[in-house]
This record gives sequence, C-alpha cells and structure tokens, in this order.
Amino acid sequence: MAERSIRFKESKSVTSTPASATRRSRHILPGFGLSLGYTVTWLSLLVLIPLAGCVIKAGGLSWRQWVNMLGEPRVRAALVVSFGTAAAAAGINSVVGLIIAWVLVRYDFWGRRLLDALVDFPFALPTAVAGLTFSDLFVQGHHKIGWLAAIWNPVADRLTTAVNGLWPGVLLPDSLHGVYTPFAIVLVLIFTGFPFVIRTIQPVLEDLDPEIEEAAASLGATPWQAFRKVIFPTILPAWLTGLALAFARGIGEYGAVIFVSGNIRGRTEIVPVLIVEQLDQYKYDGATGLSVVLLVGSGAVLLTINLLSAWRGRRG
Amino acid sequence: MKPGEGSSVAVRPRAGAGWVVRWGLIGFTVAFMGVFILVPVVNIFWQAFSGGLGKYAQAFYVSPPLPGVEGAEADKLADLAENAAQNRAAIGMTLFVAAIVVPLNALFGIAAAWWTTKFKVRGQSLLLTLIDVPFSVSPVIAGLVFVLLFGAQGYLRGPLQDLGNSWGQTLFLGGLVRGLVYTGTHIIFNWPGVVLATCFVTFPFVARELIPVLQAQGSDEEQAAVSLGANGWQMFYRVTLVNIKWGLIYGVILCNARAMGEFGAVNVVSGNVRGANVTVPLRIQQLYEDFNLPGAFALATLLAALAVVTLILKAVLEKRVEKAT
Repeated sequence: MAERSIRFKESKSVTSTPASATRRSRHILPGFGLSLGYTVTWLSLLVLIPLAGCVIKAGGLSWRQWVNMLGEPRVRAALVVSFGTAAAAAGINSVVGLIIAWVLVRYDFWGRRLLDALVDFPFALPTAVAGLTFSDLFVQGHHKIGWLAAIWNPVADRLTTAVNGLWPGVLLPDSLHGVYTPFAIVLVLIFTGFPFVIRTIQPVLEDLDPEIEEAAASLGATPWQAFRKVIFPTILPAWLTGLALAFARGIGEYGAVIFVSGNIRGRTEIVPVLIVEQLDQYKYDGATGLSVVLLVGSGAVLLTINLLSAWRGRRG
Repeated sequence: MKPGEGSSVAVRPRAGAGWVVRWGLIGFTVAFMGVFILVPVVNIFWQAFSGGLGKYAQAFYVSPPLPGVEGAEADKLADLAENAAQNRAAIGMTLFVAAIVVPLNALFGIAAAWWTTKFKVRGQSLLLTLIDVPFSVSPVIAGLVFVLLFGAQGYLRGPLQDLGNSWGQTLFLGGLVRGLVYTGTHIIFNWPGVVLATCFVTFPFVARELIPVLQAQGSDEEQAAVSLGANGWQMFYRVTLVNIKWGLIYGVILCNARAMGEFGAVNVVSGNVRGANVTVPLRIQQLYEDFNLPGAFALATLLAALAVVTLILKAVLEKRVEKAT
C-alpha cells in the first residue's frame, strides 16, 4: 500500500481543541445520525405507533365494557383453556427441559450433537406445519388413523377409564386423545415451548463451577443431595425464566393450536381464536380488550419471574 | 466419604446407581425427542410422498384440460390445475414477502446494533426492550395492531387513503404511480399489510444476533480505520462488514425462516380470501380445511425442508460466530 499521510478528520482529531470538537460530531465513528435515524424510523413504524394505537384503543374501553367482556361465559372458558393449557405445558416443559438440558450438558454420548441441534427444531419449523403434522398423527376415524393415535389412543382410553373409576365423570371419554381436546393443545404447546426452557438453562449449566460440586461431594453429599442443594438453586433463576417464556409463548400460540384443537367452543377454544373472530366482525373493542388480557397475563408472569430472580440474587 | 476426608480425585458416582440414572435420563431424552420431533417431521415427508411422486408433483403443476374437453375427468383436472395454480401463487407470495422483509430487517439490525454498541447512548436498554417486543406478543396481536391502524375503522386508514387518492390523481406520471400509491395505502387485506406484519414479527432476529457480536468486538478496528482516513462507507465495507459477516448471515437465515413460516399475524392481516395475498402457511390451512391433505403436506415439505436447511446452516455458522466474538 502506498504510503499515505495520516489525515485526521478535523472534528475527530485528538489534537483539535475542545471548542471545535464540540461544534461538530462528538463521536469518533461515523454513522451516528444514519443508524439512529433508520433505527428510530423502523421502530416507530413497526412497534411504537402500532402499540400506541393498541393502547389508545384499550384505554378507550369503558369499565363496563371490560366487565361485560370478562363476564361472558365464552370468554371465561377461552381464558381458562388458554391459561390452563399453557400452564400445564410450561409445567411439563420445565421438568422435561431440565432433564434434557442436563443430559445435553453433562453427558457425552454418540449423537449428542445431533440431539442438541434438534432442540431448535420448534423454533425453525413454522407453527402451521407443526399443527398440521400433529393433527395428522393423532387423527382417528374416517378412513385413516394417525401413527401416534394407533399407539396412544388405547392407552389413553384405559387411562381415562381408570381415572373415571376413581373419580367418576371427571374426564370425558375422549379427553386424553390427541385431537380436539385440551390435552391435544397441551401436547402441541409442549412441542413449541420446550426449547425455551432448554436454551435458557443450558448456558447456566455449562458455566457451573465443578469445584462447588466436588466440595459438596467431599462433604458427603449424595449426587441427589448435591443436585438439590447446590446445583438447582444456582440454575433456579434461569429455570424460572425459561418456564415463564414457555408460558408466555403458550398463551399466545395460534397456528399450531388451531389445527389440533378443533376450536370447540367452551372446551378447546383459545383466546387468540376469539380475537381473530372479533376482528373478522370488526369488533375492534373486544379484540383489543382480549389482547390486553393476554399481554397483561404474559407480562405479569415475566415480571414476577424477573422480580423473584432479582430477589433471590440479592439474598443469595 | 466422611466429612473432613478430602478428595483429590474427581468423585465418581457408585457404578450401579450412576449408570442407571445416566442411561435412564439419556433414554428419556432420546424417547422424548423422538416422539416430539422426529416422528412429526418424518410424518410430514411420509404423508406428502405416500401417494407417489406423481401425486406430490400434482400439488405444484397440473396442466389444465384442453379447451373444449368436457366431462367429469376434465372437471377434476381443472380443479387440480386450479389448486396447483393457487399453490404456486402462495409460494410466489411467500418469496416476495421474504425478499422485502429480510433485507429491510437486516438493515435495521445493522443500524440498531451499530447505534447501541459503537456510541455511548442512554437509550440502549429501552431499545433492547423494544426489540424484544415481538418475541413476547402473540402473532395474532401482532396482526391486530396493524388492523387497528389500517383496518376498516383504523386510526390511520382515513388519512392515509385520502393521501393516496389525492396524490394518485394529481401526480403527472399517471397510471403506474397512481396504482403504486393506491396499493401502498390500502394496507390491510393487501400485500403491504402482510409485509408489515411479517416485518414486525421478524425484525428482532438480526439485531439480537449482531448486538453481542459488535459488542464483543469493540471499536478499535473501526477507529483505526477512521484515523487512517477512511470515510464512513469504506470503514463499514472493509472493516465492520468483514467482522460481522457470519453473525449477519446467521441472523438473516433465522429471520428468513421465520418470515416464510409466519402464520398467525399474516392470517389476521391478509383477509384469507382464496387466491389473494395468501402465503404458504395460510395456503396449508386452506388445503387442510378442504380436506386436501396431500396438497397440504406437499407444501409443508417445502417449509420443513427450509427448517432443516436453516438448522444445518445454524449449526455450521454458530461455530464461526463463536470464533468471531
């Protein structure tokens, strides 16, 4: 490269006087204005203005409208289905996710890398495709039986009879089948949610200090005690965060659920389906109201988890 | 081991209990992933090809019956041809939307990451929170916010369409421009709405990928370039872009996969009328409701293959990104 004299841009030279430096850009690197401009424009267009519209709409609802909307049996049923299935799925995911994260981090075996890559599949697979294939796997009747239905339904029927035997009438006959039941929704939400738990726990597990575990073992702890008293408290905040993320995703999930749920009013209808129906009828008030309920629900869970983690962090 | 008895050797669990637990857990993991991931994905391809390659290809192209040919056979053929044409239109729509959304969001990701990591700014945590918004809202809500703005009773619809109508009539360039302005201002139930909704859902991906990468690199190289006389664009092309190459590609791939697969938000804004503004996920739902499972699965194989390719690229690029940070 030919020698070139070092030319300092005037305003960015370290030898320029402070007065002249402040008159021009304060930043050494260029692009402040451009990047700020594009960022702000894009964010406003995509996030701020639309959210403002939603807030204005929601703020325009009267108290009476909220009460009426939340009092409707159909809305209440949908809220129970949405929050209930998401909670059940998140609960199961928290256990399953912990086990899988543990296995992926602590054990080495043939195929571990492949399994690790597969964990991201629910992130990459479109929800409609996931819903389509799950509903096909569990469909029963007409001229076709899905693979999993053939295996699972007999088991499910026996389970249902057994449970009904102990507690008569608690489960409807098809309750544990894989389509058109809340159980089906839970299954699909397990699929879409378990990567959240695994991916939040994995980094923390990987960063665990082996010395602490060795210290516990040298003090006589069994592996289970070491897990319970040493490892689990360390990963607890990440575990809770993963759980909250899976829950938030679960109450908002639309594409995957509508294929398997059948949208049976009162039994498998989720809140997003109600929102879409209200929008189709141009009932923007109702749709916005329901959306706010969903947002508040997931926001509250995330906030609680964050506060819990911060509180534990300060204590521990 | 008794308390006080130190150990200088790595503690190993007793062979019996440890072995059972270990392989029990691994077995559970393999079983779970097998049932929840492998079986559904294999099912997609199995169902799509179970009727043979001919049936699979019918989802994408069927030559319509010759004009003048009548009869039940011809009707069936016409139906198949119509289906295939709508499937092709859906594929085209998905590619069109992705072609607009991915570059725009990539630019946003670069701009946002640049702004927050290279300058001392106070809005950084606010920006990061806003960037995370699409991850925490339901896709249906993502569509809803745009309907609230641009839908039939939307806040911005009136002003925007007045603008479109008045500009469209007064602009000298006539038909084409008028058409563009008219289209651009009719957003919901039209392709601009689909593009906007997809942008909303996918814009965090590139930004979230680039911010840690840029943060880890610091500004030294760029400052050196500037001090040697490079202007902004030279510095960007020769220094920054080279460094963030892998992170950028990684983010773009994730953004693209999500953009092509988005269902809930697009469902709300597109109006779902047959043949108009339908993307591949929406088309899959239409085919499913028509009990046309072979067609639905045929389109699903496209998206599933995209997911597999995305994951493979992700695995490959992750190593490169790690090396860069």
